[in-house]
Amino acid sequence: MALSTLKDGQSEDAVAESSAGSAASGRATRRRRRWNRLTIILFLLPALVLFTLLVLVPILIALYASFFRWGGFGLPSDFVGLDNFTRLFQDEVFLGDLWRGLVLILLSIGIQLPFALSIAVLLNQRLRGRAFYRLLFFAPYVLSEVITGVLFTMIFSPDEGLANHLLEMVGLGHLNPTWFADESLVLFTLFLVMTWKYFGFHMILYLAGLQSIPKEVLEAASIDGAGSWQRFRHVTLPLLGPTIRISIFLSVIGAIQLFDLVWVITQGGPVHASETMSITLFQFGFKRYQVGYASAISVVMFVISFVFAIFYQRYVMRRDTEGAVTAMRGLR
Amino acid sequence: MGPEPFSRRTFLSAAGLAGLSVPLLAACGGDDSGDSGGSAETVTIEWWNIATTEPGKTLWPKLAKEYEAANPNVKIKFVATENDAYKAKMTAQTASGKLPDIFHTWGGGVLKQQIDAGLVKDLTKDVAPWLGTLLPISLEAYKFDGKTYAVPFDIGMVGFWYNKALFTKAKIDKPPATWAELIEDVKKLKAAGITPMALAGKEKWPGHYYWAYLAMRIGGLPALQQAATSNDFTGPGFVEAGRRLKELADLDPFQRGFLNASYPSSDGQAAQMGNGKTAMELMGQWAPSVQSDAGKGLGDDLGFFPFPTVDGGQGAATEVFGGGSGHALSKDAPKAAVDFLKWFASIDVDRRLVESKGYQPVVKGAESALTDPNLKIVNQTLGSATGFQLFLDQAFPPAVGQEVNDSVAALIAGKSTPEQVTQKITQTAKSQ
Repeated sequence: MALSTLKDGQSEDAVAESSAGSAASGRATRRRRRWNRLTIILFLLPALVLFTLLVLVPILIALYASFFRWGGFGLPSDFVGLDNFTRLFQDEVFLGDLWRGLVLILLSIGIQLPFALSIAVLLNQRLRGRAFYRLLFFAPYVLSEVITGVLFTMIFSPDEGLANHLLEMVGLGHLNPTWFADESLVLFTLFLVMTWKYFGFHMILYLAGLQSIPKEVLEAASIDGAGSWQRFRHVTLPLLGPTIRISIFLSVIGAIQLFDLVWVITQGGPVHASETMSITLFQFGFKRYQVGYASAISVVMFVISFVFAIFYQRYVMRRDTEGAVTAMRGLR
Repeated sequence: MGPEPFSRRTFLSAAGLAGLSVPLLAACGGDDSGDSGGSAETVTIEWWNIATTEPGKTLWPKLAKEYEAANPNVKIKFVATENDAYKAKMTAQTASGKLPDIFHTWGGGVLKQQIDAGLVKDLTKDVAPWLGTLLPISLEAYKFDGKTYAVPFDIGMVGFWYNKALFTKAKIDKPPATWAELIEDVKKLKAAGITPMALAGKEKWPGHYYWAYLAMRIGGLPALQQAATSNDFTGPGFVEAGRRLKELADLDPFQRGFLNASYPSSDGQAAQMGNGKTAMELMGQWAPSVQSDAGKGLGDDLGFFPFPTVDGGQGAATEVFGGGSGHALSKDAPKAAVDFLKWFASIDVDRRLVESKGYQPVVKGAESALTDPNLKIVNQTLGSATGFQLFLDQAFPPAVGQEVNDSVAALIAGKSTPEQVTQKITQTAKSQ
């Protein structure tokens, strides 16, 4: 509705410009344009009010609070300028958060997504019981993060856990790792859980993408003599591009905001070895009552996510979002 | 009953936190506590507690029902939350400026912060007529500037709980009285193939008991109390405490994977003890009940000894570290909530709490209900205590308390030096 009105308005605009001589028709057009604007505003208003109250205002308050040393009670009064931010970028734990976030993102893109893609390709074949497998692999995504966390805390329990029993059964019992309690292993164990939890979601995305690829194209490639790998590499993969790009986007944003799974399993430990930005934020905001400092963390998190989203959409997903984010150029 | 008063301040602080995490707050919202109505009108009081483990898990809802039956115009909304989650929930709740009518408190710095924010009812006048029936030591943590802000239902102390059978197996004939003996016993236990100690490394608070007790034994109680006011923890006693703890940690006395072990879960610290897998744990008076809740429980094999003295230290063995639990009321709690607290602190109810073996008596005369020999020892040690220190993560402001927990956890994990621990705590305390 709003979009068509906009288009009408614009074409009207063009007409008005070309026939600038007639003042009367110009006035009528202006009136109609004003009426159109009013309609747009009227229809956008409810959403706009909610968005402002629930998204913009809290962001601005967090930004404001980040310039204060504030315990969260009463109004912030102890203005410290950029102190919270300078402290933040000297904080080993926070710098570690950034590093660990990067590691998780790279692991996700390098291992989790290709894994999801290969399963999706597999389940896109004619296969007995493939609906069952699709359901099976998607099931972990439906499970809540807390249940997943508790489940894997038990599986990776050093003494009685299933994981170590399995290792024993395949003759690797001597390794006997402590998983989440081992500082050098905890992040990778966590990644394992994340993969289990989220690959099904990406698999479904890829399956949807795969099913939208016309069979004719693949057939044509076959006729041209392309083998199955070549078909995948030169036909399927490029046509899957939009899906892969959105899946990477969701994966990165998810990794930046990762909280609940980590909180349930390790609380960021041992000794910060699995701490993420959100965990640090929670520690300072809700356990130490240093709300000003926690706000600074939230602001940095917001900026990182925001800048990433803008650049990614502008440069990587440009073709996919043509007409939405990058609409201005198309319309002009 | 009009709409809830909605001041600009509560709105702003709620909105500020919403900026940090909208879903978190949304999850904690919702309260429909009644204001004080007429006598005929039904009053609903919301009671937040941490009775998620036995015996409280069964006993407390029963008590609430009984109170409702005896007072038909009072409805109790019983909300039990697990310890750590409760603290997090209360933090969000405090920041939003609205506390439940009756809520669990450990007193100390956290309660002080809630009082300073103007959210807690001053009970001094209400409880004055019957305060004398309670043990004075049990009230310590809730008194500020001569005013009383909470009514206790439990008081206790931290000490070593040990498995007598495992000690015998390692040929240890009596529990250690000095730190040097403790270190020797740990070596003996290890030599006998027994895990000496259980520790919940993920939760951090159990680890801070070691450091706090060592600081009390080495530097003495006055030094600790002075540091709390001067915000300087770099004194030699604190560094030495860290060194002694490192000496212990270097022996690798804790169970495998303790760094991610929790306290009450089925493979956590309490279960390690309760299932007879480790020889001792440093824990509060609630330890036996959680041991048998998370594990099988040790029965007669369970023993208790106070934290050992350190050679050349200033502190005495009779100075105890611990804390209790009580209930505080929100600023606008109805009168029915005060009546409930009075009933809960009556000798009849207290005797039932004591009989359930999960609590220490706070009402004078209720100690005769103690049957467990270990809890009797705890009660006697408390009775003859010459000094008392509240849990550091409760006594200090939250940021300092958390820093103690975090730094000591890093020390035990071998990731921090004794000097770094004192520096970090001092730095946090000074920036408050």
